[in-house]
Amino acid sequence: MTARLRIALSKGRILDETLPLLKSAGIELLEEPSKSRKLIFPTSNPNVDIVIIRATDVPTFVEHGAADVGVAGKDVLMEHGARGVYEPLDLNISRCKLMVAAKKAAPEADGRLRVATKFVNITKQYYAEKGEQVEIIKLYGSMELAPLVGLADKIVDIVDTGNTLRANGLEPTELIATISSRLIVNKASMKMKHGVLQRLIDQLALAVDNNR
Amino acid sequence: MQYVIKSLKEEDGEHAMATADRWLLPDGIDEILPPQAAKLEQLRRDLLDLYRSWGYEQVFPPLVEYLESLLTGAGNDLALQTFKLTDQLTGRLMGVRADMTTQVARIDAHTLQREGVTRLCYAGHVLHAKPESLAASRSIIQIGAEIYGHGGIASDVEVISLMLQTLLRGGCADIHLDLGHVAIYRALAAEAGLGADLEWQLFEIYQRKAVPELEAFLAAQVADGELRDMLRALASLAGDISVLETATARLAKAPAAVQAALADLQQIAAQLQTRYPNITLYFDLGELRGYHYHTGPVFSAYIPGMGQAIANGGRYDHIGEVFGRARPATGFSTDLAALAQRVTQSVSFTRIFAPHTDAEGLQEAIQQLRAAGKVVIQALDAEQTPRSMGCDQQLTRSQSGWVTEAVSGS
Repeated sequence: MTARLRIALSKGRILDETLPLLKSAGIELLEEPSKSRKLIFPTSNPNVDIVIIRATDVPTFVEHGAADVGVAGKDVLMEHGARGVYEPLDLNISRCKLMVAAKKAAPEADGRLRVATKFVNITKQYYAEKGEQVEIIKLYGSMELAPLVGLADKIVDIVDTGNTLRANGLEPTELIATISSRLIVNKASMKMKHGVLQRLIDQLALAVDNNR
Repeated sequence: MQYVIKSLKEEDGEHAMATADRWLLPDGIDEILPPQAAKLEQLRRDLLDLYRSWGYEQVFPPLVEYLESLLTGAGNDLALQTFKLTDQLTGRLMGVRADMTTQVARIDAHTLQREGVTRLCYAGHVLHAKPESLAASRSIIQIGAEIYGHGGIASDVEVISLMLQTLLRGGCADIHLDLGHVAIYRALAAEAGLGADLEWQLFEIYQRKAVPELEAFLAAQVADGELRDMLRALASLAGDISVLETATARLAKAPAAVQAALADLQQIAAQLQTRYPNITLYFDLGELRGYHYHTGPVFSAYIPGMGQAIANGGRYDHIGEVFGRARPATGFSTDLAALAQRVTQSVSFTRIFAPHTDAEGLQEAIQQLRAAGKVVIQALDAEQTPRSMGCDQQLTRSQSGWVTEAVSGS
């Protein structure tokens, strides 16, 4: 009897970069997800299926056991405060940086610094560790706009190439963390489906090493 | 007062809002209704009877206590998990219990002061400031048993057995038992000589088995290469019983306490396998969970279809030291409501209808039936029928007195 596995992935870069890794573990999608309205996709391994969801939902699915395994960016995990899942492997994909950025040559703010971000928890913790009390403004997108229109002094956001920042007259000032995607595993699944999961983790670890 | 009435009338819209959500319970606070409540209560009685038959005496620890005693020996996470309020009589801070284990430990160490082995069990509500996992309840009915005054593996095996009995009674099948031993981590961490803050950071990394972070932490904080290898190995020492052999080899250079812990696990596993051959044993030597008070063998039980452990426990020697008496201790607890959901059999009783009359002998007949454990519902007026009261039997008068018979047409 082999245990069934459900893998949670998120659309876009994580999906594109995880599929080749899964392929080397013998798991391939049977159809192109972007051309389908399905939510659950069967794979070449009859005991494994893949759900494709929003990146921020991946830790939720895995912590609940709605999926046994998932791939989530370290930024999402830090923000989610995921202590309920295991993070056994750095997949070394979707690499980027979580940074503080500000307008070029902006003078230091008077009084309390205002920071716009969608990473509220990470930002709070980062500034707390620096011993600085800041005002956090939660935004869901277009963070770069905030300093331009005077909504905030700085932003905390994912920086990949830095092009969007430059195009808007901003520059990265501090590095908070380098981000890559992690394999996360439900704790109960890890114990009850250990054989299958450990094999998957080992195969993925091998594939990651080969990519280096 | 007049103002309030006026404003409510004027802002009719807002008033309507207020009534619309007046019934709402706080997040994570739930109530248990029929028929689930009957199932839960039946299970609670069954389990307490089970514990009594094993010699465990029941205690009712208080709902609130001063914070100092409530949080003794426990980590910072239990403190954050505890609701606090000020005692108006003394000005001291009290906590609503978030875990009954430390309370029972206090009862054993300070209040009972018995010599020799003490076995205690309990069932009651605990309140969590934050849900322990997503969608977890914040008001949990905790039921469990603890054994004090015995430091050997015999007591570990006994509480694990009782935990398994509890789960079997709750109708759990295909149980996976996860065994670990905190002494292994503690001995290695002590060897590394980390301060409290760093040690907490390491504990948290193991809780997530975050191997990439563990590598970075060890590279920065642990200079000794051998020790680093052993701490790295600890995160991956999980699997079936063969892990114990692997561990014995890979942790060969560890302090003696580690080898002793592995030997303990070997013996516990052997005894459990003989007693419960149908239970799948799993070993995870780097498993650290809970409130930081465990010191020896730890265990949790998992069942298919549930993303979290259904029950867990472990050894927590010397927690009673602050109360004046260091005692070896081990125990387990489970969430009664979660367990009751596993029970497929519903609790149903035959409901017997009694007519609304003062007729002679009826009250005696009713009392006899009730004393025999039957459910008898007497109509409150002549309009009520067996059907409307949900009864499938009724009391009727025959020549020999009142007798029960099936409701016709049912």
